[in-house]
Amino acid sequence: MSKKILSWPYVLWMTGFILIPLALIVYYGLTDKSGAFTLANVIAITTAEHSKALWLSLALSFGSTVICLLLAYPLAMILRNRGVGQNSFIVFIFILPMWMNFLLRTLAWQTLLEKNGVINAILSMLHLPTQSLINTSGAIILGMVYNFLPFMVLPIYNVLCKIDDDTINAARDLGANFWQTLLWVWIPLSVPGVISGITMVFVPALTTFVISSLLGGSKILLIGNVIEQEFTKGSNWHLGSGLSLVLMVFILISMAIVAKYDKNGEGSGF
Amino acid sequence: MKNHVGIAVSLAAVSLAALLTACGGSESAPSASESQSSSAAADSGSESGDLAGTTLYVYNWGEYIDEDVIDQFEEETGIEVVYDLFETNEEMYPVIEAGGVTYDVVCPSDYMIQKMIENDMLQAIDFDNVPNFDQIDPAYIEMSQAFDPENLYSVPYCWGTVGILYNTSLIEELGVDPPTSWADLWDERLADEILMQDSVRDAFMVALKKDGYSMNSTDEAELQQAKQDLIDQKPLVQAYVIDQVRDKMIGGEAAVGVIYSGEMLYIQEEVESLGLDYELEYVIPEEGTNLWIDSWVIPANAQNKAGAEAWINFLCRPEIAKQNFEYITYPTPNKGAFDLLDEETQNNKSVFPDIDSLANSEVYEYLGEDVDTIYNDLWKEVKSN
Repeated sequence: MSKKILSWPYVLWMTGFILIPLALIVYYGLTDKSGAFTLANVIAITTAEHSKALWLSLALSFGSTVICLLLAYPLAMILRNRGVGQNSFIVFIFILPMWMNFLLRTLAWQTLLEKNGVINAILSMLHLPTQSLINTSGAIILGMVYNFLPFMVLPIYNVLCKIDDDTINAARDLGANFWQTLLWVWIPLSVPGVISGITMVFVPALTTFVISSLLGGSKILLIGNVIEQEFTKGSNWHLGSGLSLVLMVFILISMAIVAKYDKNGEGSGF
Repeated sequence: MKNHVGIAVSLAAVSLAALLTACGGSESAPSASESQSSSAAADSGSESGDLAGTTLYVYNWGEYIDEDVIDQFEEETGIEVVYDLFETNEEMYPVIEAGGVTYDVVCPSDYMIQKMIENDMLQAIDFDNVPNFDQIDPAYIEMSQAFDPENLYSVPYCWGTVGILYNTSLIEELGVDPPTSWADLWDERLADEILMQDSVRDAFMVALKKDGYSMNSTDEAELQQAKQDLIDQKPLVQAYVIDQVRDKMIGGEAAVGVIYSGEMLYIQEEVESLGLDYELEYVIPEEGTNLWIDSWVIPANAQNKAGAEAWINFLCRPEIAKQNFEYITYPTPNKGAFDLLDEETQNNKSVFPDIDSLANSEVYEYLGEDVDTIYNDLWKEVKSN
């Protein structure tokens, strides 16, 4: 009985802030302005602008996920092999920026990358050629990698920490060199963390609209921007919801992949 | 004030301020209100007594009032003001339409007022309760007829234009003459130096006006041409931004930017106080531009109509309108307030342009849902290109 009472706040929370909003999106997505059932809002993804925005989003978020993985895996290995005192400090340093608002940090990148921005000021002071990354896809990828890298590092770090040193030593004893150990021991044992890291980077990168409008100068239209504009500017909640449903399919696919590889929940970083 | 900064920060600050003033009550009587209380009694007459203790729900743009004015109004009338903010007309509309919260007085822009009138969402103002309406310059009342044909529903609050802001020294470096028309924004020498407005109607206004069409065009061929123009212009555009035009131009990021005139006073002061080695000039393009008016209206479901009229009347009082102007810096249609300004401000053409420079200008009209959808779709094509 008492256990049931304790679960109440969560049930209320989930109903009010997850289930009802989700039901509303499904309702709006599958109806037109008169309230009649229609699939038009979902099929709208096939129009040239929408599908282009979707492919661009998929490409940019795939690119930034790969970069995050390449940066995060070695880092997680280094962290794991450090002494306890040192590595918790490094992890702390890594998490530190996350205490600052995500929007502010992205705005800061805008100031850094601008034509008369901080980076260019330093470069020109050193008489080096200046960069012009701002308002390009490159700036968006940079913003995604910067913002989501910790979400890749932490799950991989968690899962690597659980690998017993004896396992690694055994591989070495049996004559495996570093690359063989990496390929046959480290990587197979860290798959759950990697998969969970990939989803935690890929999904928010796929749906972002803030990074693309701040660092892309609103010149590059991602699917997140399309949906945001349908809600805030186009006043067409039906189309916005319909496109959100399409996006949700991609999110469900990645969740299914996680469920397949991460049966014990080992990789969930948080 | 279309597209003005209304970000969460200011929102939080204002609601906090509103909370504080609500708690602070009458202890902190601002001295300004005392000097005006005699004229106030004359204005609002016996009504202020009946309204005392009622609550007035006001829905306005962010940073669009001197908060001290709210205190003075509460002080004088005894009406408690609940002050909420919105950032875009499109965000405000569904809130009023849904009716979950009923606001007594709202300040939308021209075309949105027309849409609200067409959808029976407004009620006529009883101008007997707004004697200070005679302070509004008749020219703006006439302009208001574009969206409120019989002047029944709206009282102008602020107005302005959209024009080109340019950086004198950057223009010179690029070897380009100062812009005088929208067509100058298609000059290839300005590649990566142009800031465009990131909003459908403003972007299409630039292209339509350049081609000599009405910015309220519903003609398929004209809109297609405008779309193609915007696509052609896109490689030259550095970024599509809204509020950031101001700061980017002050920072010397771009040579030209499309901007709302209301920011000019702030920009000029900022350039001066930062001691920058360039100047920012504002020009109204010769093809004509968007002349916008934000007006106070009373929603049909308002609970405190008399309070709303007292509010509008209060804001039309010249001293109050002047105080608001000094805070907002968007041009005021209140001729009483204009007369109170110093000569330098009155003659500042960036703030109060000559009427004849507005010859080809128009006010946005609400084009109906179907045309809105066409504009949005065309804009998406531009953006995704």
